[in-house]
Amino acid sequence: MPAITPIHYLILAAALFALGTIGVLTRRNVVIVLMSIELILNAVNLNLVAFSRLWGLQGQVFAIFVITDAAAEAAWGLGILIAFFRNRETVNVDEVDLLKW
Amino acid sequence: MTPVATSFFFYLLSGLALLGGVLVITRRNPVHSALALILTLLALAGIYLMLYAPFVAGVQILLYAGGIMVLFLFVIMLVNIGRAEKEKQFNKQWIVSFVAAAVTGLLFVWILTKSPLLRQIAQKAPMQLPEASNTQDVGNLLYGQYMLSFEIASLLLLVAIVGAVVMAKKRI
Amino acid sequence: MLNYVTSYLNSNVTPGQAGNVFWAFVYIMVVFAGISLAVVAMNWLERKALAHMQVRLGPMRVGPHGLLQPIADAIKLLLKEDIIPDRADKAVFWAAPFMVVMAAFTTYIVVPFGPTHAITDMNIGILFMLGVSSLGVLGIVMAGWASNSNYPLMGALRSSAQMISYEVAMGMAVVSAVVMTSLNDKGVGTLSMIGIVQAQQQQGIWFAFKFFPLGFVALGIFAIAMVAETNRAPFDLPEAESELTAGFHTEYSGFRWSLFMLGEYAAMIAVSSVAVTLWLGGWLRPFPNALSGSGWDFVFSLFPGFTFLILAGFAFLGVIRMPKHPYFKAETLGLAGFAGALGLIGLILFIPPVRDRIEDIYWFIAKVAVFMYLYIWYRATFPRYRFDQLMKVGWKVLLPTAIGVLIFTAVLGVTIK
Repeated sequence: MPAITPIHYLILAAALFALGTIGVLTRRNVVIVLMSIELILNAVNLNLVAFSRLWGLQGQVFAIFVITDAAAEAAWGLGILIAFFRNRETVNVDEVDLLKW
Repeated sequence: MTPVATSFFFYLLSGLALLGGVLVITRRNPVHSALALILTLLALAGIYLMLYAPFVAGVQILLYAGGIMVLFLFVIMLVNIGRAEKEKQFNKQWIVSFVAAAVTGLLFVWILTKSPLLRQIAQKAPMQLPEASNTQDVGNLLYGQYMLSFEIASLLLLVAIVGAVVMAKKRI
Repeated sequence: MLNYVTSYLNSNVTPGQAGNVFWAFVYIMVVFAGISLAVVAMNWLERKALAHMQVRLGPMRVGPHGLLQPIADAIKLLLKEDIIPDRADKAVFWAAPFMVVMAAFTTYIVVPFGPTHAITDMNIGILFMLGVSSLGVLGIVMAGWASNSNYPLMGALRSSAQMISYEVAMGMAVVSAVVMTSLNDKGVGTLSMIGIVQAQQQQGIWFAFKFFPLGFVALGIFAIAMVAETNRAPFDLPEAESELTAGFHTEYSGFRWSLFMLGEYAAMIAVSSVAVTLWLGGWLRPFPNALSGSGWDFVFSLFPGFTFLILAGFAFLGVIRMPKHPYFKAETLGLAGFAGALGLIGLILFIPPVRDRIEDIYWFIAKVAVFMYLYIWYRATFPRYRFDQLMKVGWKVLLPTAIGVLIFTAVLGVTIK
C-alpha cells in the first residue's frame, strides 16, 4: 500500500463534497437537505486541516471558524424550519414555492 | 513520533465516513440520517487526530457531534410526521443532479491525481506540528493574529441565538 | 518482542505517548476491570447506605450483609426476557444503550491515576472528556425516540434538555480551573489532565483553595452541574418512578437496562474524576504545603494500608455479630474470608516498594470515593426538583455565577503576581 499523502485526504474530501451536493439537490425533506449541507461543510474542513499539515496552523484556525459558522447556520436553518412547519404542516421542499399565500 | 498503522486507520476511518455520507443521503427516515451523520462526524474527528490536529478534533466532537446533532435530533422529533415518510424521497431532477455532482467529484479527483503542481505539493515534507503544544499554538493564533475574526465569530453566534429564538417563537 | 514489552517499564510517560501498544492494551484492560468492579461495589454501597440513612437494613439475605446482592442482580438481569416494543425502531433501539455505554467508557482514556498512570495523556485531555460525555446525550435521545411511546419520549427530551443546560455551566467552571493553570512563570496553561495536576503540584496549592473563595465556588458549581449531568437525585425527574415511570429506559428490560445502569454509574465516576483532577489535586496527597517534609510524607504513605485494615476490622466486627446458628455457618465463613482478604491486602500495602507505587493511585481513588458517597448522600437527603425549577437553576443561577467566577479568576490571575 502506498504511503498516505495529503492527496488521499483531499480525495476523501472531494468524495464527501460530491455526496453532500447530491443530497442537497435531490432530497425532498428539508432536514435531510440541511444535513447534507453539514456534510459539505465537513468536506471543506477536512480540506483545510489536510493543507494545514503542510503549511502551518492557520488551516486549523480557519477550520474552527467554519465549525462555529456551521453551528450558527444550523440553529438558524432549524428555526426557519420550525416556523415554516408551524404554518404549513409539511417538511417538503417542493411545497416551499410561494412567497405569500 | 510516527503514528501506528497509519494506512489501516486511514482506510478504516475514511470508509466509515463515506458509508455514513451515503447513508445520510439515502435513508427514508430522518433519524437514521442523523445517526449516519454522527458516524461521519466521529470518523472525521479520528482523521483530524491523524492529521496532528487534536484541538480541531476535540472541538468537532464537542460542538458538532455533541451540540449540533442534538439540535438536529430535537427538531426532527418535533417535526416528525408519518406523512413525510410515505411520500417520494427523491425529487424529479434526481438524475440530472446525480450526474452533475458525480462529474464534479470526478473532476476534483482527476485534478488532484493528475496535476503536476499538486503532486509537487504532496511531495513536500509535512511540517513538524508538535502535538504536545497544539492547543497553546492555536490559542496564540486565535487571540493574537486572528483576534478580529474571533470577535466577529462571537458576534455571529449572538446573532444566531437571537435569530433562532425569534424565528421559533409563537408570537413575536 | 520481549524488549518491546520491557522497554516501557523504564520510561516515565504514559503508554499512549510512548507509542507502546501492548502496555496501552494492558492499561485499558485494567481500567475496564476496575471500573466494572467499582460499578458493582457502588451498586451494593448505594442500597446499603440509602437503607441505613432511612433507618432500615437493606439487602441482608443474599450474602453476608448483602455482599453478593449485585451478583444476584446481574444474573437476574441477564436471564430476563428481552422485550422489544412492536413498533419500535429496531436498529436505533438496539444502538442506544451501546452509545451511552461507549460514551461513558471512552472518557477513561485520559483519566490520570498517577503521573504516568493514565492510558494516554492527550493535549486536549479535559476537552476530550467533556466532548465524549456529551455524546451520552445522543444515546438518551435515541433511546427515548426509539421506544415509540409517550413516557420514554418525554423523559428523553426532558433529560437531554437538562443535560445540555448544565453542560454549559460545567464548561465555564472547567475553563476557570484551566485559567488557574496558566498562573506560572511562562504564563502558559494546559488542557491535559496530567498537566493540570502537575500545575497544582507546582503552585503548591489545590485549585479548590486558590483565590479563596473563587476556587471553592467553581468546585461547587461543577459539583452541582455534574449531579444534574448524570441524571441523579435531586435532578432525576426524567427517570423517577413516581413521575414518568422510569423515563427514557421504561421499555428496556434485562440486559439492555443493565447497560444503561452501567453507563450511568461509569459516567458518575468519570465526572467525579474530572472534579478531583481539576480542583482537588488529583493524585497529590492532602496538605502538600502546610504539612510538607519527609516525616509527613511517611505518615501519609501509611494511609492505604491503614484504610484496608480498618475495612477488615469492620468486616471482622460483622463476623463477631453474626447469629450463632448452624444456618449462618456458610455466611460467617464467607465474611471471615472477606475480612481476611482485606486484611491481607492492607498488610501487603505496608511493604515499601508497593507503598511507593500505590500511593498516587490510592489518593486519587480515595477522593473519587468521597464524591461517590456524596452522590448517595444527596439521593437520600434532598427532595426532587421540578423540571421548571431545574431549568431555572441551571440557566439563571449557575450560569451567571460561573461566568462571574471566570471573570474574577482571570482578573485576579492577571493582577496578583
